[in-house]
Amino acid sequence: MDGFSRLALVEGKLFLREKAALIGVFGLPVALVIGFGLIPGFSDPQKGLSDQIGTEYIAALGVAIVLASLGLTGVPMVLGQYRERGVLRRLGVTPVRPVALLLADLTVWAAAAVLSVAVLIAVVRIAFHVPAPVKPGWFILAVALGIASLFATGLLAASVAPTARGAAGIGWLLFFPNMFLAGIYFPTEEMSSTMRQIGNFTPLGSALHAVRDSWMGIDPRPEYLGIMAAWALVAGALAARFFRWDQA
Amino acid sequence: MTPVIEVTGLTKRYAGQAVVDGISFHVDRGEIFGILGPNGAGKTTAVECMEGLRRRDAGQVRILGLDPKTDGHRLHQRLGVQLQETQLQDKIKVGEALELYASFYPDPADWRELLDRWGLAGKRDTRFGKLSGGQKQRLFIALALVGNPEVVFLDELTAGLDPGARRATWDLIAQIRDSGVTVVLVSHFMDEVEELCDRVAILERGRIAALDTPAGLVDSAGGEYRMRFRPTAPLDEQSLAIVPGVTGVERHGAHVRVTGTGDFASAVTAELARRQVLVADLRIEGRSLDSAYVALTGRTMDT
Repeated sequence: MDGFSRLALVEGKLFLREKAALIGVFGLPVALVIGFGLIPGFSDPQKGLSDQIGTEYIAALGVAIVLASLGLTGVPMVLGQYRERGVLRRLGVTPVRPVALLLADLTVWAAAAVLSVAVLIAVVRIAFHVPAPVKPGWFILAVALGIASLFATGLLAASVAPTARGAAGIGWLLFFPNMFLAGIYFPTEEMSSTMRQIGNFTPLGSALHAVRDSWMGIDPRPEYLGIMAAWALVAGALAARFFRWDQA
Repeated sequence: MTPVIEVTGLTKRYAGQAVVDGISFHVDRGEIFGILGPNGAGKTTAVECMEGLRRRDAGQVRILGLDPKTDGHRLHQRLGVQLQETQLQDKIKVGEALELYASFYPDPADWRELLDRWGLAGKRDTRFGKLSGGQKQRLFIALALVGNPEVVFLDELTAGLDPGARRATWDLIAQIRDSGVTVVLVSHFMDEVEELCDRVAILERGRIAALDTPAGLVDSAGGEYRMRFRPTAPLDEQSLAIVPGVTGVERHGAHVRVTGTGDFASAVTAELARRQVLVADLRIEGRSLDSAYVALTGRTMDT
């Protein structure tokens, strides 16, 4: 097995050893979906949710929570630690560059996100007869762009933070407003139009809209996809420019 | 034979201040080369410029004929490094770490054999975060060797090791050298450098204050050796004062103390033999690298 594959394998194992990460990425979204799904009548289309099936809506929220917790809290926390502990520096004196570890981690986390989304789709389908995303192509694109934009934002947080603690802190500071504006705490349908507009410009807000729409069978508005792509490119480019491999 | 490491005028500045200030030296194949100096002397910075972790501001570095600045990838395939103050992922297991690092190199060593040799076989499934300081240190040395390197840089090799483990580590480093590997040892332990190194550069404020074999450094620092013995027959101690190299003779009760330079001790014992005086309790107090260091740099290691 070559260096990169083994790095990805080891980082995958390390991810599975983090109980908090497993709860956040797999346990919490599934628990949320089951909890709401058991409410009588919630598996019918809901007037207040643009006629989306309640459980389907919660599953879309689950997808957004997975993307946000991995991208905005996981990415900066782990990379900040790897920099501070000298894990990245140590790789700098091997034939494998430190960037290999970063790519291995992004691969593992993206795989975890995709797996968690698949689990959510399966759970709501089997337990509550919610149909799988009606526009699978748009759905996959929405999830892919969501991963790209939120991971890039997390990378940027890791780039500008001086310490591991700082990186994790910036991650959490991004996490809660993003969750709020995206409509995780209460639906965008109940927001004022200004708030909704602001939410649309966040990567998580656009991701949630695009995921909800494609699940219901509506083509997501191009602006949602464009906003996510823009976040991915701009935050990604800034992160590439400012990322420091060494604490000193 | 071209040297394995050639450093010429290596300079590294931070905010205009030269931390490494034009140092030059070479290291031959199979040598253990020591870089000695107090904290802040620029040892680690110099070595990190050589390893390709930092970019030098001036000077030339060639390791195995490769420039770490432009040929880092090819160099790192043949280089083993133990860095100061790095950690691994907390939850990685010892065996996983070695197997992982082995996979980075084109011709790795058998990592299971390294586990045994560095006394980590019982820790194979232990997570990094659960290891003691000494176990972590031994793991880092094993990781430096897992790529079957031709050149190894060890920065503060025995930091965190207990005396027994230090001894054992020195023996293993000597074995590594005997297998033809060139070793660069950064240290601030005199005994370690004196025991292991073929040659030593003393670094002070970014410059090389002295460079020689440990014995050469001791000699060039001057000063005297002292021998002490108890003659078992009457001896006119002043007869020893004219022996070549002797600078002083004193009697302290039953004991005679002779000071001198160079090979005076053999001359004194020869003179005693010629006079058929047997001696008891013979002790020769050599000077250590420790005192030589103070003499050469005018200060102790801690300042």
